[in-house]
Amino acid sequence: MPKPPPLLSLKHISKSFYGNAVLEDVSFDVGPGEIVGLVGENGAGKTTLMRILFGMPVIAETGGYGGQIELDGAPVSFKTPFDALDAGIGMVHQEFSLIPGFTTTENIVLNREPMKANLACEVFGDRMSVLDRATMRSVAEKAIDRLGVKLDPETLVSEMPVGHKQFTEIAREIIRENVRLLVLDEPTAVLTESEAEILLEALRRLAAQGISIIFISHRLHEITKVADTIVVLRDGKVVKSAPSEGTSVRDIAAWMVGRSVETKRPDLASRTFGEEALRVERLWVDMPGETVRDVSFSVRSGEIFGIGGLAGQGKLGVPNGIMGLYAGGGSVTLHGKPVPLNDPKAALAMGMAFVSEDRRGVGLLLDESLEWNIGFTAMQIRGEYLKRYLGGLLKLRDEAGLRKLAEEYIELLSIKCTSPKQFAKELSGGNQQKICLAKAFAMQPDLLFVSEPTRGIDVGAKELVLKSLRHYNRDNGTTIVMVSSELEELRSICDRVAIVDEGRIAGILPPDADIAEFGLLMAGEVKEEAARA
Amino acid sequence: MTKRFDFKRFVADNVVVVIFLVLTAIATPISGLSANYIIQDIITRIGRNSFLVFSLILPVMAGMGLNFGMVLGAMAGEIGLIFAVDWGISGVWGLGFASLVGLPIAVALGWLCGSILNRAKGREMATGYIIGFFMDGVYQFAVLYLMGSLIPMRSLAITLSRGYGIRNTLNLDSVRQSLDNLAMVKVFGFNVPVATYLVVAALCVFIVWFRKTKLGQDMRAIGQDQGVSNASGIPVEKTRIIAIVVSTVLAMVGQIIFLQNMGNMATYNAHRQTGFFAVAAILVGGASVTKATIPNVFVGVVLLHLMYIVMPRAGAELFGSAQIGEYFRDAFSYGAIALALVLHAWRKRRGVEIDRAGLRRNTVSPDAKGGQA
Repeated sequence: MPKPPPLLSLKHISKSFYGNAVLEDVSFDVGPGEIVGLVGENGAGKTTLMRILFGMPVIAETGGYGGQIELDGAPVSFKTPFDALDAGIGMVHQEFSLIPGFTTTENIVLNREPMKANLACEVFGDRMSVLDRATMRSVAEKAIDRLGVKLDPETLVSEMPVGHKQFTEIAREIIRENVRLLVLDEPTAVLTESEAEILLEALRRLAAQGISIIFISHRLHEITKVADTIVVLRDGKVVKSAPSEGTSVRDIAAWMVGRSVETKRPDLASRTFGEEALRVERLWVDMPGETVRDVSFSVRSGEIFGIGGLAGQGKLGVPNGIMGLYAGGGSVTLHGKPVPLNDPKAALAMGMAFVSEDRRGVGLLLDESLEWNIGFTAMQIRGEYLKRYLGGLLKLRDEAGLRKLAEEYIELLSIKCTSPKQFAKELSGGNQQKICLAKAFAMQPDLLFVSEPTRGIDVGAKELVLKSLRHYNRDNGTTIVMVSSELEELRSICDRVAIVDEGRIAGILPPDADIAEFGLLMAGEVKEEAARA
Repeated sequence: MTKRFDFKRFVADNVVVVIFLVLTAIATPISGLSANYIIQDIITRIGRNSFLVFSLILPVMAGMGLNFGMVLGAMAGEIGLIFAVDWGISGVWGLGFASLVGLPIAVALGWLCGSILNRAKGREMATGYIIGFFMDGVYQFAVLYLMGSLIPMRSLAITLSRGYGIRNTLNLDSVRQSLDNLAMVKVFGFNVPVATYLVVAALCVFIVWFRKTKLGQDMRAIGQDQGVSNASGIPVEKTRIIAIVVSTVLAMVGQIIFLQNMGNMATYNAHRQTGFFAVAAILVGGASVTKATIPNVFVGVVLLHLMYIVMPRAGAELFGSAQIGEYFRDAFSYGAIALALVLHAWRKRRGVEIDRAGLRRNTVSPDAKGGQA
């Protein structure tokens, strides 16, 4: 049987942001009724690809894209997402875009409500027509039926379980008569196992009705279960496009993280650690977009502990929660003493310091001088660099001391600046990051949290930052917990690496473990594979 | 779905209403006013005030909070009335004429106010309040300097003796209570202004109907999530402007109804407190910044005005001075606004905490709160 012509075909798509190539020569086809599983790490280009497909304005604003998109063999180029919708492409986003106080029905037909015209329309236009509730309901019921799920058309969205919200969202996309292609971006991320199971079943039903589906998920076992074809993106290129039959989760994980460079860590054997420094038990943190649900681990004194994982899975929430920047709960102890949560000052006073991933927001006083920035936390928390008068009633800044401190660190970390009086906002990203490190070092912390230390800085500065962390650990025996999206970076400096997935620790591996093992953990394959490993 | 009636929760949800009920329940017997007097006064005040309060409902629906900018509509209504008096059009026709003159002004001001509020998303209430102050200045300029000089005025009785500008107090004899007296019916010995009530009833029907229209549905959607509404193609900014325009026009009519009942108009002060009283009434009626219904309006008007009637007398009886009662009533109505706003913020916070409980998806019992010694 000859293969039917593809519904959608992406041909040599490329895209760069400000000279930075994000996508290079991406080509694949989606046949009618076919489910394509799209996988890749963060920054592999999945989101950008979908944005191009949907004609998001951000693409045109940054110079458009190269290559061609063909729908039914004819080239198309969408100017706005509404053009894409008109062409029959539906998108289900990762975050719910539902109106909480509306019922299932109202959400499904949102802005596509069937209406009854009346006299007022003649004068004031169509928006004065009355909604036709009965038809609205029957349209919604038809869509729910097509999905084959149980969903009450009259329940308020705010009172539904998450699974039902996801179904409502999909139902909303398929009520359009012309819908032919659905894109689902991590639709199962917030679902429980059984809910995800029902969702996959619904997707198969839709595909059998002739609707093509692009399914993006980091849960690889779901991809292998539901997809007909698997497309793996890495660093903006299609590294593999294979039928899902005969492909194992382990294969995909290896393709996804790729870069089979073996990390050699000869230093590991000679590293020695003290007793337990930090113990985290059942931590939860309500950090928007980086929710931590249930995390437990312990770090030994003098160790460099890495925390990795995909974006949005909660790795950033861990240090932010322990340092009290976001509301959290659970138990954290430092050298056996309990750390009060939700209290940044107490966390700092216990000898922990934090280099935030939000360098410009949390990390720096942008409009102040470098010497202030470096000495600020030490001054506030430890009362250093203050001169006391009248028996401590009056405290004034010790400007000379601050300057000496700043000069010391500018020298030590080779920070490029005109003088310690320069404003923090005038420095480059890499040098700003070094100021943040200096600020944390000036606290002489017992335990240092470093979050995304190399994000957005150039390669040379990256090396310097990592080196100074390594040296600080070696010279002062400071325990370091480092959170990063860059797996390679974690593997190159950490003693152990934990991978966070869906707000939980999926597993902890030695840095020289096989790269595929890390990939599997990121894909949420804790139960089956990692348990055996 | 039948929920068991939870008394504690009911009180918590309606705490402002309950406080006002208790206060007036205590003050009413002390005031020594007769039931007949109080009921008659309430009947009059419902007719006088409820239309104004209704003008607040649509912006709340569209998520723009309580529209303090409604005073713009009140000013438009006053300008309409000035012209009606000036042209000597009396009776209900005068009111109709005033509304016709006020309509384009209210639409223009509403559009202006809505466009400004679109640039101040999330701070609509404070912005609306300040726009009210600013437009008050423009109104004074127009009425005090332009009328009689640039804008021809025919009646010498309403212009200042210097030749231009309108007198401090405008006598509305020509239209006084013309709507109320159009169909005054005696029911159980009480005078009920049936025509005014019919106008209010028509407005209620309009609001109920409006909620069922596409525009009404869009407003509700925008009120809950602008981003989602925008993504599904609803014109967010335009709809918000429409909500404010309709609100301003209703406030214009409301102010005309209010002033025809009062019978005279403090030209430069009549609108100053309008927004404040309307907002106080709807909040006392149990509305919040995000939810306001027709019953909220009636409950609020009755409760707030019941207090206005009995408090000065209660103060006079208790402390020998009506002044103290006046202090009480002002303090309590400002207090009601503050309390309602604080409660709203508090409920929102509680919502976040309830969401948080779902974070761990039942992996941990909600009581286990370790680490927070």
